[in-house]
Amino acid sequence: MSVRVLLFASYADSLGTDSLDLTLSSPATVSDVLARVRSVSGGGVLPPKPLCARNLAHASPADLVSDGDEIAILPPLAGG
Amino acid sequence: MAFLTDQPIDLAALHASIAAPDRGGMTSFVGAVRDHHGGRAVLRLDYSAYGPMAEAECARIVRETEARWPVAVALRHRVGALAIGDAAVAIVVAAAHRDAAFAACRHVIEEVKRRVPIWKREYYADGTVAWVDPTAAVQHA
Repeated sequence: MSVRVLLFASYADSLGTDSLDLTLSSPATVSDVLARVRSVSGGGVLPPKPLCARNLAHASPADLVSDGDEIAILPPLAGG
Repeated sequence: MAFLTDQPIDLAALHASIAAPDRGGMTSFVGAVRDHHGGRAVLRLDYSAYGPMAEAECARIVRETEARWPVAVALRHRVGALAIGDAAVAIVVAAAHRDAAFAACRHVIEEVKRRVPIWKREYYADGTVAWVDPTAAVQHA
C-alpha cells in the first residue's frame, strides 16, 4: 500500500522536504511509518514518540494505516 | 467557518457573530505576540499550520465545548507573519451567565494549545531564528 507522509516546521527543515510517499507492506501501523521515516536522511531528528495524525485527526503509534492515508508527523505544537 | 486567517483578527466581529438576546455573559481571550522568549528579545514571528487538520481540530474543539457547556464559541487563529502585539488567537464565548462562559473560554484555549497543529518561528534581536518548542525546558523566562 502507499501512504503520503507530511512533515512540518522543524521536521520538514531537518528532512529537507515537506512530504514523502512511502510504500509499505500490509498490515502496517503509524509506528511502521515512523520507522521508515527515521531511515530517511535527516529522519534521526524525530523523537521516540512524536505526535502523529492520520487523515486529519490525532493518531496513536499502534493505529493501523490504510492505502491512500495521509500520515502527518507533527513537531511540538506552538499555537495559541 | 474558517478558523485560520492570514488577516488581522476582528474581535468585534467575533463578538457580534455569537451575541444573542439570551446570552448575557460574554467573555473573550486574546493571545498576543510577546516581545521576549527564554530571555531573548523577539522581533517578530511566523505562524504556520497544517491547515486542513487545524481547521478540523478547531471545529472539533468548538463542537465539544458547545456540547459540554451551554455556550456559543467563536475562535480564530492567525497564520503568517505577525508583529509584536498582534493578536495571534482570539476566543469569544457567549452564555446565559458568566460561569459557563469563563470555564468554556479557558477550556478552548487550553485545547487549542494542546491539539491544533500550528507552529511558531521566532526571529530574535540577536539575528537568530528558531522554531518554538513549548515542551522544551526554557519557558516563561
